[in-house]
Amino acid sequence: MKQATLATIALRRREFLAGTAMLLFSATTVKAATIAGRLPWAPNAGSPPPPIKVGPWEFFNGDEGRAIEALVDCIIPPDPETPGGKDAGCAVFIDRQLAGPYGRQEGLYVRPPFQAGAKNQGHQSASGPAQDYREGLAAFDRACRQRSGGKPFAELSGDDRIAVLKAVEKGELKLDGVDLKSFFTQLVKDAQMGFFADPIYGGNRDMVAWKMIGYPGARYNYLDWVNRHNERFPLPPVGMTGNAQWTRS
Amino acid sequence: MPRRLPRKDVVIVGFGWTGAIIANELTDEGLEVIAFERGPWRDAPTDFPPGYMQDELRYRIRHELFLRPDQLTFTFRNTMGQTALPIRSWGAFMPPNGVGGGGVHWNAEMWRFLPSDFVLKTHLTERYGAAFLPPDMTIQDWGITYDELEPHYDRFEYLCGTSGTAGNLRGKIMDGGNPFEGPRSRPYPTPAQAQPFSHTLFGKAARELGYKPFPQPSGNLSQAYTNPLGLRMGPCTYCGFCEWFGCGNYSKATPQTTILPHLIRKSNFSLRDNSEVVRINVDRSGKRATGVTFVDSSGEEWEQQADLVILSAYTMFNVQLLLHSQIGQPYDPVTNTGVVGRNYTHQTISSVNGFFDNKKFNFNPFIGSGSIGMCIDEFNGDNFDHGPHGFVGGGYVGQVQTGGRPIESTLVPPGTPAWGAEWKKAVKDNYLSTVKPGTGVHGSFYAYRDIYLDLDPVYKDRFGRPLMRITMDLKDNEIKQNKFLTDKFAEIIKAMGAEKLAVQYRTAPYDITTYQTTHLNGGAIMGSDPKTSVLNKYLQSWDVPNLFVMGASAFPQNAGYNPTLTVGALAYWSAAAIRNQYLKNPGRLVDA
Repeated sequence: MKQATLATIALRRREFLAGTAMLLFSATTVKAATIAGRLPWAPNAGSPPPPIKVGPWEFFNGDEGRAIEALVDCIIPPDPETPGGKDAGCAVFIDRQLAGPYGRQEGLYVRPPFQAGAKNQGHQSASGPAQDYREGLAAFDRACRQRSGGKPFAELSGDDRIAVLKAVEKGELKLDGVDLKSFFTQLVKDAQMGFFADPIYGGNRDMVAWKMIGYPGARYNYLDWVNRHNERFPLPPVGMTGNAQWTRS
Repeated sequence: MPRRLPRKDVVIVGFGWTGAIIANELTDEGLEVIAFERGPWRDAPTDFPPGYMQDELRYRIRHELFLRPDQLTFTFRNTMGQTALPIRSWGAFMPPNGVGGGGVHWNAEMWRFLPSDFVLKTHLTERYGAAFLPPDMTIQDWGITYDELEPHYDRFEYLCGTSGTAGNLRGKIMDGGNPFEGPRSRPYPTPAQAQPFSHTLFGKAARELGYKPFPQPSGNLSQAYTNPLGLRMGPCTYCGFCEWFGCGNYSKATPQTTILPHLIRKSNFSLRDNSEVVRINVDRSGKRATGVTFVDSSGEEWEQQADLVILSAYTMFNVQLLLHSQIGQPYDPVTNTGVVGRNYTHQTISSVNGFFDNKKFNFNPFIGSGSIGMCIDEFNGDNFDHGPHGFVGGGYVGQVQTGGRPIESTLVPPGTPAWGAEWKKAVKDNYLSTVKPGTGVHGSFYAYRDIYLDLDPVYKDRFGRPLMRITMDLKDNEIKQNKFLTDKFAEIIKAMGAEKLAVQYRTAPYDITTYQTTHLNGGAIMGSDPKTSVLNKYLQSWDVPNLFVMGASAFPQNAGYNPTLTVGALAYWSAAAIRNQYLKNPGRLVDA
C-alpha cells in the first residue's frame, strides 16, 4: 500500500503563501500528491487568515488616503451610537484589499483579447480594482477641484461633500473618459463590505457594525436558540480573533 | 511521449460526490481504482475549523474554495449572433474545485425529482398536446423512470442521513411532508431540522392560504447519525455558514463526512490531487477508451491507462473533456445534428424579500442552515394545470433563508438611499426583522435548440486549448413561469405580515454576472436514442462503451428542484449497472 505523501510540504507551502496570497492557491503553487491508505493530517495544515498590519497605507498615497477617509465617512456617517466609516476602519479595509490579491485580479482570467461587450457579459478590462481605484480617485479629485474652486474633496464642508456625491450618483459630475458613477458605486460597495466584514480585515473595528445591527459574529452554535422564536439573542458579537476587549493591547 | 503510471482497472476523473460514490462501489468489486482531482486535498479537521470558517469575506465574497477562472473558464453570449466574451470572474454560477467538489460547499438541499419529470416530453404532450410546447423547446424523456431510480434515491439519502418529513410513503400521503413527491420506500433517516422563527411563520401563512407546507429535506442533520458505511455525523448547530463554506462540525453530508474515511482505507483505492485530466484517450477505432492524460502541478504530462474510464467532474468540465477528447459528435444547432453540448440548462430562480415591523418581529436571521426551510410544492413540475397559464414547468417556493451573513444580508427597504445616514439607519432598523429567502423561488429550466455548449473560436485556456462557449438566454416560457411563481411567493411573504416587499423577477437577457445557483445541467445528456443523447440510460457513452459520464450533465433538462440528490442517485444507478451487468460482459448495455 502506498503511504500518504500529501505533503506536509505542500501544506506548509500554503501556509507560507498565506501571508501574500492567502486567497489563492492553484495547481501551480501546490504540489500534486498521491493519497492512499489513510486521511492525511498534519499539525497547522489549514491556513487561518492573517490579520492586517496596523500602520501606514499600503496602497493609497497620502492624498488618496485623505479622500477615501472622507468618502467612507459620507457613505457611512458617524452617529451618536456607531462610528462612521473612517473610525470603523473602512478606508484601511479598502487599502489592504487593494494592496492584496483582490487589487491585482489574482486568479481571474486576464488573457487577451479584451473587447467591449454587453453589461451582462461581465467586466472585460485588463485593469483590475487597484488600477481602477487609482484612476477613479485621480479623476474624482480633478472633477471635485473643478467644481469646488480648487479644493480637494477632503477639504469640503459636510454639506458640500454630500452635494458632490449626489451629483456623481446622478451622473451629473462627469469627467472625460472616466465613469465616476461606476467608481462611486464600487466604492459604496467596498466601504459597506469593510464595515460588515470580520474586523481581522481592518474594517468593522471593535465589531461596531455587528453591534449596531445585532449580529453575533463568528459564533457557530445556535442549537439552544433555533426554537426560541421572536426573542433577541443576548450575547455580544465575537470575531475570528475573539472580542476586541480581550485582545487589544 | 508522456510518462505513464501503472495501469489500473478504473480511472475516475474528478473527485466530488459522484467520483466518491463510484470509487466506493467499484472498489467493493475488488477493482483497482485511481481517482484524479484537479484541485487540492481538503478535509474538515484541517481546512474548515469552526475557529475561522465563519468568514463571509474570504469564502463568499472572494470565493476561496472555488476554481480560479485563470485555471479554466468559459466564454458567454446570449445568442448565436453575438460574440462570446470570457467570464473573467465568476458570477452566475460557481465552479467547484478540490477534493469533495461542490459537495464541500453546497447547501445540502436534498430533493427528489417528480415521477413526471423523468418522462417530461411524453407527459406534457399527453396532457396538453404537442402544440402547447414552444416550437424551439427540445425537452425529452430521460430513458429511466422514477421507480427505477427510487432505490438509489433511498440509498443516497441514507448515506447522507438526510433530515426530512416523508410526504408519500409507499403511496400513502403523510401529514407534514410533501404530498406531491413520488412514493418513497422508507421514511427519511432522520427527522426534519428545527425551523427558526421566519421559517415557521412562512409555514403558517402558507397553510392559511390553503397550501401544504413542509420542511425542506436537508443534508445538514437534525441529530447524530451513523451511516451504512459506519461513519458518524453530528447534529447541525445552525451556524448559518453552509453554502460557500465547509462544515467543521461533521454535520453536513459531504464526500468527506459520508464516504472518504471508509474509502481511503481500502488498499485498492488511491487518489491524486492537484492533477488535472486534460484528455480521455481512445484507441484507433475511436470506440474504446484507453485511459486519460493528466498534467501534474509541475506542468508535467502523465498517462494513466485503465480498462474503464469514469468521467465525474462538474457538468461543464464533463462536456468540455468530451469535446476536447473528440468523443461523441459535437452539437450543431443550425443543422440540429450532433449531441455533445446539446440541451444545456440552468435554474430559473428569483426571490422576494420582506421587511417587517421591527417592534413586532425579531427573526435572528443568523440562525440557519444551508437547507433549512419551509416550502410548498403546489406549483412545481406539472403539479398544477398549466392549461390556463401558457407555460410549462414550475418550481418550489419557500422561506429557505440560510443565514444572516452581514455583508450580503444587510438589506434596506425599496426606496432607501444606497448610502449615507438614511441608509445606515435603515440597515440598523431592518437587519433583525427582514426575511431574505435567497433562492426562494426555485424553478425549472427547460431545453431549447439554440441554448448549447461548443468550443470558442478565439479564447484559450492555460494549456492553449479552446475555452468552452456558453450560448444561453432566458426564453418566454421560463420568464412566464418565474412571474407566476414569484407572484404566488410574494402573496405568502405578504401574508406573513411583511410591511414592504422587494420583488425580484428573473428576466431576460440571461446575466452571467448574477448568481443563479450552480445547478448547470445538460450537454452530455442521457436518453434512449443516440441521435439525441450522449449517454444511454446507464450513463454509458453510446460511442465509447468503456466510458461512463456521471453528473447533472446527463439531465435532458432541469426540473424545479436542486439537482444533487438526483445526481447521486444516478451515480448509484450507474454503478449498479456496471457491477451487475457491465463487468460480467463489458460492452454496450443498451442496443442502439
